[in-house]
Amino acid sequence: MRLGVLFSGGKDSTLALQYAVEKEEVVCLITIASKNMESFMYHTPNIDVTSLQAEALGLPQITKTTEGEKEKELLDLKNAISQAKKEYAIEGVVTGAIESVYQAERVQRICYELGLWCFNPLWKHDQKTLLEELLKKQFKVIISGIFAYPLDEKWLGKQIDAKLIDRLVGLQQKYGISPSGEGGEIETTVLDAPQFKRQIEILESKIEARGNSGIFNIKRARLVSK
Amino acid sequence: MILIVDLNWKKDSLGSCEFLLPIAAVVEKLDNYIVKHYLDLTDKDLSGCVKIILSGTALKDIATLSQPEKFRWLKETQKPILGICAGMETIGMVFGAHLVKCLEIGMTPITTLKENILVSGDFKAYSLHSYCVESLEDFEVWAQSAKCVQIIKHRTKPVFGVLFHPEVRNQELIKRFIEC
Repeated sequence: MRLGVLFSGGKDSTLALQYAVEKEEVVCLITIASKNMESFMYHTPNIDVTSLQAEALGLPQITKTTEGEKEKELLDLKNAISQAKKEYAIEGVVTGAIESVYQAERVQRICYELGLWCFNPLWKHDQKTLLEELLKKQFKVIISGIFAYPLDEKWLGKQIDAKLIDRLVGLQQKYGISPSGEGGEIETTVLDAPQFKRQIEILESKIEARGNSGIFNIKRARLVSK
Repeated sequence: MILIVDLNWKKDSLGSCEFLLPIAAVVEKLDNYIVKHYLDLTDKDLSGCVKIILSGTALKDIATLSQPEKFRWLKETQKPILGICAGMETIGMVFGAHLVKCLEIGMTPITTLKENILVSGDFKAYSLHSYCVESLEDFEVWAQSAKCVQIIKHRTKPVFGVLFHPEVRNQELIKRFIEC
């Protein structure tokens, strides 16, 4: 089955892509760049890096920019998926949704209207297990956004490793933070993954943070050998 | 031992990750389980379990509905069965109900119609289906949404069907089925 992956460049959509290539044929990436930093639907930091990730994956990418207004952004997503159907003959769409019924039902509805299959291979999986799977599969993932107490700028740019997973799980127990950031508490950027033919090297970055909210902004990056 | 039957269109599919593993995650806290794809089921699988759960499938996946001959065992076994979404539709097909187009996606208000062992009162559930079952002569209707029947129970057999996805927002229902 020919599939397009809704791709934000974060750990969840990249892991979903990994599941998809292991079982079906992934033919393109579909990326929505939202101007709304508080979008409920889309990951926002470092969305520009997705073009480099697409190159590393050797996959074509359809990118649409949306103002991020609540329901209008769904129309932008529908247009992007529709374009993928026309240009790459996709039969279905893959998302990295884990817990969000809000996101899942909206993408399901769009796929139904367009006559496409919709798959959420990470759906309802244990979040700690998913984080550990990233390590097992040798993903290189950094924290690129923090948006909840008690996270602060010290988390930004940190690579996800076993110790960091333990800290995230500890925060879940104490503060109810979703360890995978499914509630928008953290955002991530993938620098390397099994399907990447080359990995991303960050050349210049800037931390922009205030209190418990901030981003690790990748200003310049390039692909280098693995 | 609980037998979880994968109703997705093929074995080890992307649909299995989404519709089968979350059920297994609920079951494993309560009992041992095995997973078998419906095309690979054997008599030994059916005789070796105490209860059976039929998984849901992707919205576009209606493969089981064109293969009634693969599900004759649903009528023959005496083991308790819980069919979830496509599982309920498959039960309906085998027991002679009519399948009718009916789309529900997302959180859906459900009303319980009579006291039962699986649910109570009014609640919300996650729906993801494009068909529902009607003309259920052999079944009692235990719950419904504004659009269609949501929970059924065979009048004489321990065969249950749930159209919404309890593994997403109403996991207690699966626990009650296993413990009943």
